[in-house]
Formats: sequence, C-alpha cells, structure tokens
Amino acid sequence: MDKVILGALRSLGQKVTSRIWRLGYASRFFLAMLLHSGTALRRLNLTIREIYFTGVLSLIIILVSGMFVGMVLGLQGYDTLQRYGSTEALGVLVSLSLVRELGPVVAALLFASRAGSAITAEIGMMKATEQLSAMEMMAVDPIARVVAPRFWGGVISMPLLAALFSAMGIFGGYLVGVQLIGVDEGSFWSQMQASVDFREDILNGVIKSFVFGIIVSWVAVFEGYDAEPTAEGVSGATTRTVVTSSLAILAADFILTAFMFTGT
Amino acid sequence: MSRTTLDLWVGFFVAVGLGALLFLALKVGNMASASSGDTYAIQAKFDNIGGLKVRGAVKSAGVVVGRVTEIRFDPEAYVAVVTINLDARYKFPRDTFATINTSGLLGEQYIGFEVGGDTAMLKAGDTIKKTQSAVVLEKLISQFMFNKAAEDGGKK
Repeated sequence: MDKVILGALRSLGQKVTSRIWRLGYASRFFLAMLLHSGTALRRLNLTIREIYFTGVLSLIIILVSGMFVGMVLGLQGYDTLQRYGSTEALGVLVSLSLVRELGPVVAALLFASRAGSAITAEIGMMKATEQLSAMEMMAVDPIARVVAPRFWGGVISMPLLAALFSAMGIFGGYLVGVQLIGVDEGSFWSQMQASVDFREDILNGVIKSFVFGIIVSWVAVFEGYDAEPTAEGVSGATTRTVVTSSLAILAADFILTAFMFTGT
Repeated sequence: MSRTTLDLWVGFFVAVGLGALLFLALKVGNMASASSGDTYAIQAKFDNIGGLKVRGAVKSAGVVVGRVTEIRFDPEAYVAVVTINLDARYKFPRDTFATINTSGLLGEQYIGFEVGGDTAMLKAGDTIKKTQSAVVLEKLISQFMFNKAAEDGGKK
C-alpha cells in the first residue's frame, strides 16, 4: 500500500517538475530566438517565404470560415434580437462580437491548427533527419536560420488574418441580415458605425490577434525544436502544439479581455 | 536578390490584410467621424444620470453635436457632473435645456439639448443650469402604484 502511494506521489512530483523545467526551457528559447532575430529581419527573403507558407496558404480557410461565422451570427442574432424588437442592432451585434472576440480568437485557433502544426512538423522533421545538427556543423545557427523566420512570419501573418476574418464575417452577416432576411441596410451600417469605436474595439482586437500570433508561433517553433527526433516524437509534438496553443489562446483571451473591456 | 512569384503572393496577402483593417477602421468603426475638428467643453449637473455612459452622444434636434467625455460625482452638492465636448461649429444659447433621453425602448441613453432664447452663447467651461434627470423606471412605477392606491382608497 505504502509503495503505491509513494509511487503515485513520486510520479506526480516528477510530472510537475518536468512541466516547470520545460516552461523554463521554453522561456530561454524565446529569449534566444529574439536575440537571433537579426538574421530573420536582415535577410527578409527568409521571413517572406514563411509569411507565404503561414499566411497566404491560410487565406482560404480563414476567409471561408469567417464568412460562415458571420452568417451564423446574422441568423442567430436576428432570432434573438427580434424578440426585443430591435433587429436594427444586428449590425452592432455582428461587428462587435467579431471585432472584439471571435475574429482574433477563432482566427488564432484556425491558425494554430493550420499553420502552427505545420511549423512544428517541419522543424521536428528537420531535427529527426539531423538537418539542424548539420547546420550547426556548418556554423549556421539553426535558431537564426530556421526558427526565427518562422516565428516572425507567424507573428506578422496573424493580425492580418484576424482582420480579414472579421471583415469577411461582417460581410457574411450583411449578406444574411440585409440581403436574405431584409434588415434595413441604412440602420445596419449606421448603428454599427455609431457604436464600434476605433481605439476601444478595433485596435484592442488587433492587439489581441498580435498577442495570439506571438503565442501560437512561439509554441509551434518550440515544440518542433524540442521534439523527440523520431516519427512518433514529431507526431506527439504536433498534437501538443495544437492543444497547448489553443488553451493558451483562450486563457490569454480571458486575461486580455479583463484588462481591455472593464465595462466603463 | 530577384523577385519571385512568392513575393507577389505575399504582397497580395499583406495588401488584402491591410485593406481589411482599413475597412474595419472606416466602414465599421467611427474613425472617420470621431476625429473631426475642434471641440469645446462645457459641464452640466444632473440629479440622476441613469444609464448615461462616457462617449455617449449629445444630440440637438436629433443630430449628434457632441460627446460625453467625463462623468463624476460632486461630493458637496451630491449631483453628477457631466463634461460634454461640443463640436466647435455649433453654438448654443446660455439657457439651453439639457435632458437625458433614451433612444428606443431599451436603447442607450443620450443627452438632448433643447435650445432656449438667450442671445448670449455658451462658452468653453460654462455650466448648463437647467437640466432634467433621467427617467427611472422604478420611480415611475411606484408613482403610478401610489396614485392608483390613493384613488382606490378615495372610492371607499
């Protein structure tokens, strides 16, 4: 009996220490990446290539899902608002929920599963096939050459993708609300403009998506770099990227929202 | 360093993304109307501001002429002091009457100006003397109930 309890305690302690150890390692990795970012910014071609792979190739999924989310918001919002006889506020509902919350958060979740997992798998495979060690042998720093450009590519792409998601969602809400259901077009846009504030709502949404971009890219490159150099290790790291970055996005969203929108 | 099709795609992506941001700022947000010209600040004291909020609209004849910039409580007179930024293009007489109205049944509250006949105009830093507080629903209902009860009592 004693042995079972001791074993359970030991494994629990070991799990906690290993998590903390990994967190510390990830933080050190983050700093090293920032220090080695000079190459990524000086040799812009490397970063542009990564913006292509993370940003441009995510365009389709972001645009299509933004459109559908906006259309669903239009339908659901109309259904709820008509009970209070204020269907003209549909534009406000759709735009505020997209710009403040859904745009940055859903775009970041999609970005994590579309681009983050790809980054992890790519870096993990490079490690498994010993390309990273080969670079070190040739005195090329893999953090500067491989990791930093991918990180910055993700950080630059994310706010643009979130803005596209919100714009597309508002267009979808407009299609359903105004064209399909027949809410008055004038009040749809004018009420939206009256209650969406540039600094309070739009800029805060952009800041959110920027923070999410940092989180997703950091988790993705770290998991790839830290992956066990086996096929199994890479697949596990890819899964961990999606899970960890999704949880981190939602937790960070709560903290940021608590700071930004305090209900004044 | 030669140009590639990759650059074209990335350029397209960045342009579209910035375009979306511009669309959000100008078409969805109120950036176009928020940064228009000079304003002057005046104050108004209300017994009760109800649900009025900072950044709430100030309307005269239904047209937005300014915004609420600050709401604070005066601990000596026990009233709410509302600071209003009015568009410098519009001048109002000294005896303008400020009321707190509600747009729609459940809409947000705004300050309405009913213009008086004074020839002197409001200047920056002036205080509006004649104000009417927000209508509090509970007060209205209780007044109605008391009147009803009093009527019923009189009949007996």
